[in-house]
Amino acid sequence: MSLERKLRVLIAKPGLDGHDRGAKIVARKYRDAGFEVIYIGLHQTPEQIVNAAIQEDVDLVGLSCLSGAHMYLFTEVVKQLREKGAIDITVVGGGIIPGEDIPRLKEVGIKEVFLPGTPLEEIIKWTKENVKLLR
Amino acid sequence: MFSDKTLNQAHQGMKKWLEEVKKVTNDLQEGKRFSTISNLDIEPIYTPENIKDLDFAANIGYPGAYPFTRGCQATGYRGRIWTFRMFSGFGSASDTNKRWHQLLKEGETGLSTAFDFPTLMGYDSDSPKAIAECGKCGVAIDTLADFEVLTKNIPLDEVTTSMTINPPASILWAMYLVAAEKQGVSWDKVGGTIQNDMLKEFIAQKTFMCPPEPSVRLISDTIEFGTKHVPRWNAISISGYHIREAGSTAVQELAFTLADGIAYVKDVIDRKKLDVDVFAPRLSFFFNSHIDFFEEIAKLRAARRMWAKIMRDRFKAKNPRTWWMRFHSQTAGCSLTAHQPFNNIIRIATEALAAVLGGTQSLHTNSLDEVLALPSDFAVNIALRTQQILAEETGVINTIDPLAGSYFVEALTNEIEEKAWEYIEKIDKMGGMLAAIDKGFPQTEIANAAYNFQQQIDRGEKVMVGTNKYVTDEETPIELLKVNEKVEAEQIHRLKEVKRARDNRKVAQTLDALRVACKSDKNVMPYVIEAVKEYVTEQEICDVYRQVFGEYRDPGFY
Repeated sequence: MSLERKLRVLIAKPGLDGHDRGAKIVARKYRDAGFEVIYIGLHQTPEQIVNAAIQEDVDLVGLSCLSGAHMYLFTEVVKQLREKGAIDITVVGGGIIPGEDIPRLKEVGIKEVFLPGTPLEEIIKWTKENVKLLR
Repeated sequence: MFSDKTLNQAHQGMKKWLEEVKKVTNDLQEGKRFSTISNLDIEPIYTPENIKDLDFAANIGYPGAYPFTRGCQATGYRGRIWTFRMFSGFGSASDTNKRWHQLLKEGETGLSTAFDFPTLMGYDSDSPKAIAECGKCGVAIDTLADFEVLTKNIPLDEVTTSMTINPPASILWAMYLVAAEKQGVSWDKVGGTIQNDMLKEFIAQKTFMCPPEPSVRLISDTIEFGTKHVPRWNAISISGYHIREAGSTAVQELAFTLADGIAYVKDVIDRKKLDVDVFAPRLSFFFNSHIDFFEEIAKLRAARRMWAKIMRDRFKAKNPRTWWMRFHSQTAGCSLTAHQPFNNIIRIATEALAAVLGGTQSLHTNSLDEVLALPSDFAVNIALRTQQILAEETGVINTIDPLAGSYFVEALTNEIEEKAWEYIEKIDKMGGMLAAIDKGFPQTEIANAAYNFQQQIDRGEKVMVGTNKYVTDEETPIELLKVNEKVEAEQIHRLKEVKRARDNRKVAQTLDALRVACKSDKNVMPYVIEAVKEYVTEQEICDVYRQVFGEYRDPGFY
């Protein structure tokens, strides 16, 4: 048995949007795939998400937004994480995101965007290939 | 329903048929599973044997009569076509008012309002929580001033309006009533619906504010107020739609919705001491119409039959109007695909047909682009035309409940009903829906079903064309609705103006009176109406609710 700790993933829904079906499914898939999952759920402000990510010492933050407010909310999370010195934590997003917003999100530091219809395995595969254990 | 002779023939004939078929082909594919989208196993063929215990009078009967399996209206759609009610709202009140006028001109027969997230959650457009959300998912409403713009030149005595609003339902309803009054329309003339179903918010849709117990109290206040003062209004639309969208099965959608209904009826009787036959005839319902055609029809037929039994047997209602279950339906947003979006037209048409064959009273057809954004004018017109084609070209309205007596549909209706009763018994044993929510029971059941379905999709056991089968790399160019980015700033400016112009002494007075009413067992509605008239904002009223009743936090079951 390895003593190495598992990758820690934080799943959160920023803003007022209540559509949590996707976020919960992704959280569960990460758990089943052997990741350590912290699901902080709905109605989180970017600040609450950033504090939780730092306190829980996570490697990856997954944000889900279906309300159309993703540009502001996702950007805020990355910005505040970096301001608080958490420069290594990878941030990804999912939800109803128009194609033209994806390059803009990547520019501000969202590493990947998963759209509706993405197979769960693909998210796990991407994570294993792109997210390194921090510390 | 069948003679012994017929049943015997069916039994022997079935055996013989199977033997004959197996001699010539293996194509029945025994061993391969044929199941509904909700995982109910389906037989290759149904015969009288599958419904041998069905009693025509007790289980099927006639439209407009107990047990209402065949519909609420005796005349079905021959008397009156279902209401074409397109859910719409975006940007500012004036943007939405324009869309409403356009839809009415195109033949829509009822209005339905989508609010933006700050409005849904009880925050004004200038709240820090509202940043970037204003006007995005629906129309932004802060005060009566916005509402007056929203309903401008809409005759509120002629058109009925449905409002998808939950924690702040009392406030938006008060705005509607005051706007009607200002048009010179008295409350006995206005008709419509507020969704106002908080239990399904905790279970599925997740726009919540106060904890379950006070939330239900506020609902009972509105039901009582409607019963006494606004007789044509549906003060609640008990909704399975969102439960299904959150990933439930058809059986769960039905069972949890009925269990919610039971909880509301019980609360009004206990708290308000109203006779069930006085208030319950105006309870309305809202179901999903998903892609599994026969399962949906069976679910809707079972829903009416079960509610009739619940009202008659459990609550001892005597008025047939109390027994009947009227419902609105909406095609399933979650069945639509972002890839190859034009395929969604076909899905929506199939789902709409299921709702019609299931006997819906009103219908919203989704637009083909709703996985990508709020619907464009182009997409919303196709959705409306889909209903008009079903109603006026296909002939499906000619006879009432045309699938009654189908061995398959009747057997499936029975099966869904039986499985839904099992859930309701379980919830009863837990102490009712509020206790079940507290334990996380419906939330966990839905999360399990949603995860299970996603895995079936990922394994290819269930198919979504264009997503996990027949996938193409080409992107279909499609023009999407863009919400004007200036809406937020303009809305905040308008709110400031309203706050400047109003009488702030009266604002404080009406809020104080409301606070006192909240702490007592008085009905809050008259106090909300007084506050709204003074242009008190939605959030100012909701802050009183939050202070008095507390705030609910997502327990995060997954």
